[in-house]
This record gives sequence, structure tokens and C-alpha cells, in this order.
Amino acid sequence: MRKQEFLNELGGRLSGLSQNDIDERLAFYSEMIDDRIEEGMTEEEAVAAIGSVDGIADRIMSEIPLSRLVMDKVKPKKGLGAGTILLLVLGFPLWFPLLISAFAVVLSIYIAIWAIAISFYAVNLSLGVVSVCSIPVAVYYFSLGNTYAGLFMIGAGIALAGITILLFLACMVLTKGIVAIAKGFLLWIKSLFVGKEAVSHA
Amino acid sequence: MDIQLKRGLLDVCVLAAIKNEDSYGYQIIKDLKPYVELSESTLYTILKRLESTQMLTVRSSEHDGRLRKYYHITQKGQDRIEEFRSDFQGILSLYQFITREETAHA
Repeated sequence: MRKQEFLNELGGRLSGLSQNDIDERLAFYSEMIDDRIEEGMTEEEAVAAIGSVDGIADRIMSEIPLSRLVMDKVKPKKGLGAGTILLLVLGFPLWFPLLISAFAVVLSIYIAIWAIAISFYAVNLSLGVVSVCSIPVAVYYFSLGNTYAGLFMIGAGIALAGITILLFLACMVLTKGIVAIAKGFLLWIKSLFVGKEAVSHA
Repeated sequence: MDIQLKRGLLDVCVLAAIKNEDSYGYQIIKDLKPYVELSESTLYTILKRLESTQMLTVRSSEHDGRLRKYYHITQKGQDRIEEFRSDFQGILSLYQFITREETAHA
């Protein structure tokens, strides 16, 4: 890939940031490529050494806090005209509830993702508690002279303890998966502020 | 490595790379390469952070018909390196304490 092609593509992927920020980042990468060329690399090699546009853009996006992306997007490129302000004021009953509901949807999806993990741990905990409780119950049965019921309770307790341990291991794996999903979801939300082409990559 | 710990270490590494003379992006990456592999985007973030905390200043200088940014360490940046030196003495003694048990058993 040629240098200009690389910079154009990267600039496109970062279009959600402020123009200043984009220019500064592109100048930085441009300098890096030029310095490599000066050292004897070909233009293609120098661009390849920097990395892929997708990789760099994703990395930049994940480093920037969501709040700043939103601020950059919301902040108008030029000053607000009287017409725009009037529209904003008149449209307030419309856009404000929409904004709130969009925020609520994002938040509830996020909570729902985590609720899955929490519910699994809750089931796990309850199994653990039942397995522990089966011991005093078994002792109670033994004291009544009901040996079979007591043995049954001990067996059930041990079996439940085993299931608890296995389920806990499964929960750990699940949590890792959920962390990955939650991260991906956040990256996707961010990419919404960066432009259509970024969404298809997310 | 722990992200917070690594971030602090990398900041000091970049400061150390410009400690004796002003340097530019690619030179910093090359200087640090034997010790730590630093990607361009990571370096950019670090330089920005160091600039905003006044650990370094930036000037653009013409080089070979194009502009190149040179980074200059400030007194605050020098102090940060010194602070790291003294912090590290503490970390070293903690390290010795942490690994003490293992060596005793080995």
C-alpha cells in the first residue's frame, strides 16, 4: 500500500474524532513512514511496518474514552447558527427522549450481558449451600436411626459438591467469554461514532 | 504484565530515551527496541500523555524538506526519572521479600 493511500484510509476510519486530532495523528504516522523510507525501506515496506489500518484504528478507538468520542461527535465543526439553535430548542421534546432511550437501551444490554454471569454464579452458590446443608440433615437422620436416609443425604451432598465445583469452573470460562462480549459491545458502540465503514469491521 | 504497571514503566522508558538529547518518534522506537517492542500507536499515546503532563515539550523542525517533531525533556520529566529510580529501590526490596520464600525452599 502507498503512503497516501494508507493515510487516507486511516483518516477515513478516524472520522469520528475532531479534525485537529486526526491531522495530528496522521502527521505522526506520516513522519514514521518517511523516517523508515529515509532509512532505506521502500514505501510499501515502510507502510507495512506500521501495521494494518484496521488494527491501528481499532486500537486508537479502544484507547479513547467513549465520552470523548461522543463529545467530539456532538461538538459542531463550525459554530452553531441561529437556525440550528432554534431547531435544537424546538426539537428538544423529540430528541431528548430519543437520546435518553438510546442510552437506556445500551445500558440495559450491558446489564443484561452481566446478568447472565451473575445468575450462573447464583445457581452455583445455591448448589454449594445445599450440598453443605445436606451434612447436618444427614446427621439428623442418623440420630433418628434412619441410616438409609442419612446415607442418601451424604451421597447427595457429595454429588452436589462435585457439581458445584464443575459448574464453578464452567462459570469462570463463561465470565471470560462475557468480558470479551462486553468489550466487543463497547467497541461496537464506539464504532457507531466513527462511521459506517468501521461498523462492518467490528 | 499488569497494565497500570506497564503504562508507568513505558512512560519512564520514553523519557529515558530523550533524557540526554532531543529525539523524534522513529528514533525513540529504535532506541527502545532492544528492551521493549513499542508500536507507533502506543508511542503516540504515551507522548501525548507526557506532553499534557508537561514532562516533555514538542517542537517541529525541518528535516530533509519535511517537518519532523522533536521531543525535549523538561525538568519535570527529569524529576520523574529520578522519582522512578528511588521508587524502584523500594520495589526491589519488595521483590526480594516476595521471592524470599521460594529461594528458601528451593
